[in-house]
Amino acid sequence: MADQEVVISCRNLWKVFGDGAEKLDLTPRTTVEALRRSGHVAAVRDVSLDIRKGEMLVVMGLSGSGKSTLVRCLARLIEATAGEVLVEGRDIGKLGEGELIDLRRRKMGMVFQSFGLLPHRTALENVAFPLEMRGQDRASRIARASEMLALVGLKGREGYFPRELSGGQQQRVGIARSLAVEPDIWFLDEPFSALDPLIRREMQDEFLRLKGMMAKTIVFITHDFDEALRLADRIAIMKDGAVEQCDTPERIVMAPATEYVAKFTSAVDRSRVVRAGALARPVAGAAVEGAAVAADETLHGLARMLLCDPRARIPVAGRDGALVGLMDREAAVEIVLGPVA
Amino acid sequence: MMGVRVAAGGMRPDRVTVARGLLAVALALVVLKGVLPDWVMRLPEGMVLPFADWINAGFAFLRDDLGLMAFTRAFADVVEFLLDVTANLLYGKSRWPDLGPIPWVVIAGTMAVIGHALGGWRLAALSGGTFVWIAVMGQWKWAMETLSVIVVAAPLSVALGLLAGIAAWRWRGVERVLNPLLNIAQSMPHFAYMIPVVVFIGVGPKAGAIVTIIFSVPPMIRMTMLGLRGVSPEIIESGKMCGTTRWQLMTRVRLPAARTELLIGVNQVIMQSLAMVVLASFIGMPGLGQKLLQLLQALKIGLSVEIGITIVLLAVVLDRLTKAWAHRQPVHHAAGASFALRHRMALVWLGIVVAGVILAQLSPYFVEVERKQALSLAGPVDAVVDVVITGVGPVTDWLRWFLITWVLIPLRDGFLALPVLAVLIFLAGVGWRVGGQRSALVCLAFFLPIALSGWWDRAMITVYMVAVSVALALAVGLPLGLYGAAKPARAGRVLLVCDTLQTFPSFIYLIPVIMLFGVNDVAVVAAVMVFATVPIVRYTIEGLRGVPSEVVEAAEMSGANRRQVMWRVKLPLAVPTLLVGANQSVMFALFMVIIAAFIGTQDLGQEMQRALSTTDVGKGLTLGFAVAFIGLMVDHLLLTWSRERGAALRTGV
Repeated sequence: MADQEVVISCRNLWKVFGDGAEKLDLTPRTTVEALRRSGHVAAVRDVSLDIRKGEMLVVMGLSGSGKSTLVRCLARLIEATAGEVLVEGRDIGKLGEGELIDLRRRKMGMVFQSFGLLPHRTALENVAFPLEMRGQDRASRIARASEMLALVGLKGREGYFPRELSGGQQQRVGIARSLAVEPDIWFLDEPFSALDPLIRREMQDEFLRLKGMMAKTIVFITHDFDEALRLADRIAIMKDGAVEQCDTPERIVMAPATEYVAKFTSAVDRSRVVRAGALARPVAGAAVEGAAVAADETLHGLARMLLCDPRARIPVAGRDGALVGLMDREAAVEIVLGPVA
Repeated sequence: MMGVRVAAGGMRPDRVTVARGLLAVALALVVLKGVLPDWVMRLPEGMVLPFADWINAGFAFLRDDLGLMAFTRAFADVVEFLLDVTANLLYGKSRWPDLGPIPWVVIAGTMAVIGHALGGWRLAALSGGTFVWIAVMGQWKWAMETLSVIVVAAPLSVALGLLAGIAAWRWRGVERVLNPLLNIAQSMPHFAYMIPVVVFIGVGPKAGAIVTIIFSVPPMIRMTMLGLRGVSPEIIESGKMCGTTRWQLMTRVRLPAARTELLIGVNQVIMQSLAMVVLASFIGMPGLGQKLLQLLQALKIGLSVEIGITIVLLAVVLDRLTKAWAHRQPVHHAAGASFALRHRMALVWLGIVVAGVILAQLSPYFVEVERKQALSLAGPVDAVVDVVITGVGPVTDWLRWFLITWVLIPLRDGFLALPVLAVLIFLAGVGWRVGGQRSALVCLAFFLPIALSGWWDRAMITVYMVAVSVALALAVGLPLGLYGAAKPARAGRVLLVCDTLQTFPSFIYLIPVIMLFGVNDVAVVAAVMVFATVPIVRYTIEGLRGVPSEVVEAAEMSGANRRQVMWRVKLPLAVPTLLVGANQSVMFALFMVIIAAFIGTQDLGQEMQRALSTTDVGKGLTLGFAVAFIGLMVDHLLLTWSRERGAALRTGV
């Protein structure tokens, strides 16, 4: 993944609310307290991130941590106070209104926490809305919208109004709408937070299914750590507007960069996060015996085998069958059983 | 009880002290007025400012030097053209397009179909039935004269209000200018609008339509601003992410998402239009209002009751139809529904139109009911009224005598005997108590110009009438509200009655009181009192219902009995809402007192009518501002008080 080109890149991004915020001299050393003294509130503090093509970045943080503001800066729904956002190499802060509209019409899709559906339009008309805005003809946009609704499992509900659909169904409409223009970049702002736990799980599965079908660059916002672990390629954990750590789920769990991240991860069942590949060490002349386990299998999935297997080192193989390395069984069992109480 | 203490304690102590001091000074001035110089009683002639001359000079400048006359005449010509079209269609005035009159069966049928489409069978019956009643009672032409103006004025008002509302929402500067203007406009009595219009346009339907447009724009502006502000940010963001241009965002996202508020605005425009059109009879607007005015002046009770019923029915129908429209939620059609099923209402309507036209060809009765063919309730109504009047005559006579001799005249004389300075200091004291220095200054800013305008005595008569009426309205309305709020089902019914009563044009309230009391101050006070009671009942119920149920349950679990729950818990918590109700009651009373002028009062309203008949813009607007300032001052005091209490109780209104 690392060799893919960078699609979204933000450099020293700041969003500060308050009078005269654009005149502030914002450096990485500017503190929250200093801003508060001058009557300002920093929602996003000096964030630098690179998101690569086809990657899914989950931005995780508690409410008020600035994650929603961050994604709105990336989509330029709000103007950043300082720093720049490059989308495919172009600074979107410098785009004219027409260029920005064009970018949204062709490249971006967004899903919102409370769905943001237009109440006076049917499900079909909602999905067709972005196509209508870019002037697509009626027949083709209805065909495309019907196709999208079928894709999210709402075939037969085309004529329903948002009010007549359940929360989960409304969010399916929101997802279908955001995908209607075949965007390369997909923003999801806490898409499942407003849903019941059971529906949320179902929608996450649905999301993973859709994600597997298409190669999109995804920025996904959530306050639910389990959701983040379940969906992410990389997780950025935010606190008070700044990114505390941005890394793969395994590394976040195994090697938290700050105390705050450690506190978050302490309650997590590591065996469900850590995959065999993460524990694989170079063979370095050691004996490779028996069948290999898959590198993307979680330790939780391997738990029974880990406890019974007599081997001290278990070979780990990648998806293509090639040997990745050896996993120390005892270390793996240690993670499965958790720390000694 | 806790809340009350906190509220009292939260007020800065010096505020109470200052207020007490000012009130003591005012009282001293009243007591000692015999020994004080004359300028304490009334401002000397030299201090009276010629507001009227200034306004007249301003208007003359607008009219003669700026050529505003040409502009208003041009606008009036457009309105007149539209009025001619609707007049031709609705009652066959011989003007282009010379198609009308549309037979009444077609219009009644159309209204029934609209009623059904918006609110089902009951609304269809109400709406169609109203127009059948109008036709068979022989009032078709008058009603259509009235409606032809509303049909032109309401859409123009909505369009103007929408544009101004969008501008105020978009540019803060526009809003800053517009907001105070709207506040004053919404507390100016109807007559104040008529005088400049008469100067610029003249009298007649054209003037009636224009005054109606001007009068009904403010609520649309407010509702547009409210609606646009209330659109959820996510809907706007989702619109932006769909790649909308600004124009697309406004027309396809913001305005449709604000649909309910905008349609409530339409509802208010139509109701204001109806109220104004009825009153515009004073400037020669033909129609139901003019008939009613003539009949009331001739004391023909039976016939005026007939017209009154028509106006009330029209008001209720227009209100229900537009509210049903505002609250209607879209419903999807079953998949694969046929064309006929999807356009059922349109087809039914076409059928009704065709049937109506055929009926009209067969008999002219179905085009317009002639006077001699019309039914009339006047005879029996007059007979019943006679019986009732002779029955209750002694009671009303005694009541009238008692009220005039022992309440109204002494109070009026009392109000007139108050020294100007004492009133001003008193108001400053009240203002200080309620909202500190700022409120005291606001009160003075509103009342000092009245003293300076030279209309002090008239204004005090208006104040006394409003004060008496609102006091009576409180005495009647609070118990009614308590009774109404006792049971949820009953509260719903009472609120429905209040809603309906509030849709009636204020003019209507004069019919029964003139019937009972004749033409005098008691009739005015009675009409104003009835009109002002409605908001009190309404807000009492809403205030009591708005008390959180956990609080009531907590009180009950603390062993409070019903009486204690009511007096110690519910009422104190409902006070902010009650104050809002009292405020609306005062506004209603002010409007009504001014309208009631034509049955003979000696207040600002009577002078305003004189200004209207002599088309004296300066005098008319000075009086209008005086009324508006009284209203705005009360509004400021009561709403500030309500807000402070609400904040102290942490409930908010």
